[in-house]
Amino acid sequence: MGLGSDMYRQQILDHYKNPRNYGQLEDPTFTHIGENPMCGDEIRMDVKLAEDGDDGDDSAETIERVAFSGDGCAISQASASMLSSELRGKTVDELLEMDRDDVIDMLGVDISPMRVKCAVLAEKVAQDGAEIYQGELDVEKTTTEDDE
Amino acid sequence: MSHQQADAIDVGAIREEFPILQREFDGQQVVYLDNAATTQTPDPVVDAMSDYYRESNANVHRGIHHLSQEASEAYEAAHDRVAEFINADGREEVIFTKNTTEGENLLAYSWGLAELSPEDTVVLTEMEHHASLVTWQQIAKRTGASVEYIRVDETGRLDMDHAAELIDDDTAIVSAVHVSNTLGTVNPVSELTDLAHEHDALSFIDGAQAVPNRPVDVKEIDADFYAFSGHKMAGPTGIGVLYGKRDLLEDLNPYLYGGGMIRKVTFEDSTWGELPWKFEPGTPPIAEAVGLHAAVDWLEDIGMDRIETHEEELAAYAYDRLEAEEDVEIYGPEGGPDRGGLVSFNLEGVHAHDLTSIMNDHTIAVRAGDHCTQPLHDKLGVPASTRASFYVYNTREEIDKLVAALDDARQLFA
Repeated sequence: MGLGSDMYRQQILDHYKNPRNYGQLEDPTFTHIGENPMCGDEIRMDVKLAEDGDDGDDSAETIERVAFSGDGCAISQASASMLSSELRGKTVDELLEMDRDDVIDMLGVDISPMRVKCAVLAEKVAQDGAEIYQGELDVEKTTTEDDE
Repeated sequence: MSHQQADAIDVGAIREEFPILQREFDGQQVVYLDNAATTQTPDPVVDAMSDYYRESNANVHRGIHHLSQEASEAYEAAHDRVAEFINADGREEVIFTKNTTEGENLLAYSWGLAELSPEDTVVLTEMEHHASLVTWQQIAKRTGASVEYIRVDETGRLDMDHAAELIDDDTAIVSAVHVSNTLGTVNPVSELTDLAHEHDALSFIDGAQAVPNRPVDVKEIDADFYAFSGHKMAGPTGIGVLYGKRDLLEDLNPYLYGGGMIRKVTFEDSTWGELPWKFEPGTPPIAEAVGLHAAVDWLEDIGMDRIETHEEELAAYAYDRLEAEEDVEIYGPEGGPDRGGLVSFNLEGVHAHDLTSIMNDHTIAVRAGDHCTQPLHDKLGVPASTRASFYVYNTREEIDKLVAALDDARQLFA
């Protein structure tokens, strides 16, 4: 009992215990941090873009590498780990088009409503980071507190 | 029914009055250990409210028809019953609010905004609930007053030497939580009130976690103001109580205005009605007052002394069981007379939210988070904790289930 828990399938626990792309990049194109103050989850996302955006259109740039760091609950950390792999090869545009359902599909489990904030933190940090890089947003830190 | 047949509480008989405790999810009966957030409501309370709506519902205050008279009498009688319950001097000292938080805000707005100045200090504790901490912090910002916090020592108790240092002639009010909703600590609120009074300061006690589970006598504490909520003491949501000493309340101006609280109104000005009505404008929570009345009857039928003993025993048992687990860290004092019926803890290597989700897989209802005490959690050095909180219908077997479920979390996160 419990081991069959929908929210803690092997995949999530695997990413939590063995996070992919954990750490910080030496030369990220942009870096952003965020937190979920009610839970204390904290995520930093470093994104390195490929140098193919010479047509002047930032959003067409391709994500080459992603690293994340931080700590928090299994859902927030596994989500960051999966996202860091998922984003490689995507364009900034595609990142910005992602929504919470994409994250929940990626996690592959039912997320209870109270835990959705944990699940979407990494995605929101990456998206806000991209928008700041594009000059379309000005925040120091992303929070998912009011994101209901 | 009478529960007062023996010294110990007849938990089996009590549980029969809570059909919700029989609910099952995925074939498992609910284990409800989230009582510090809200308690369940026994049938007699639900029945009293439903009878009121079926038989006596009308608006209160000056209705001439039969139903309004009945509703008014029931609403007023609830004030009298609560006054008797906490040993206040009559209904004039019992203001119905919507919850403890509103009681804090009522005093902060009506007294604090008018009286506080930059020379004044407001003394709180590091274990205040946000209801008091945020309210006084914001009123202080608007009045220029400063806020000081009595330290919590490493055992989870208030540092009373520090309290004696902080409370001085600049202190305008001391606002303290009676029982901490996070640490479970039962604070020496009479002592704090004495310290306040020695320096002509007021005392406000947040009794949200105290009134439900121990005898509270506002005269014995000598608190100037004391607030609590109905829904944490087997009563309904939507009603709370602010007790205040009559002479102090008489001098205070209301902060909510409207009908039902005035004596005389002209286009130019208004004068206020009698206590406590001058603080209860608009249509009040009438059915909820009837429910709160029934809850007080129900609790006193069991006996507040016996409820206190039951809670203390459950908390001590939970503390000992969790303490025996090497990878569990517990916050607050060990079991005994200065711990109320709750235990907050963390399991090493498992975030409180993950642990609480796993508990939910076992249909065990506990709470994870900062419990509206973020600064205290910062001090403890953890973002969140898991809290199990008990009430009169809980059993040791339920605590055993909680402890057993820890194994599941260990296996998953090993």
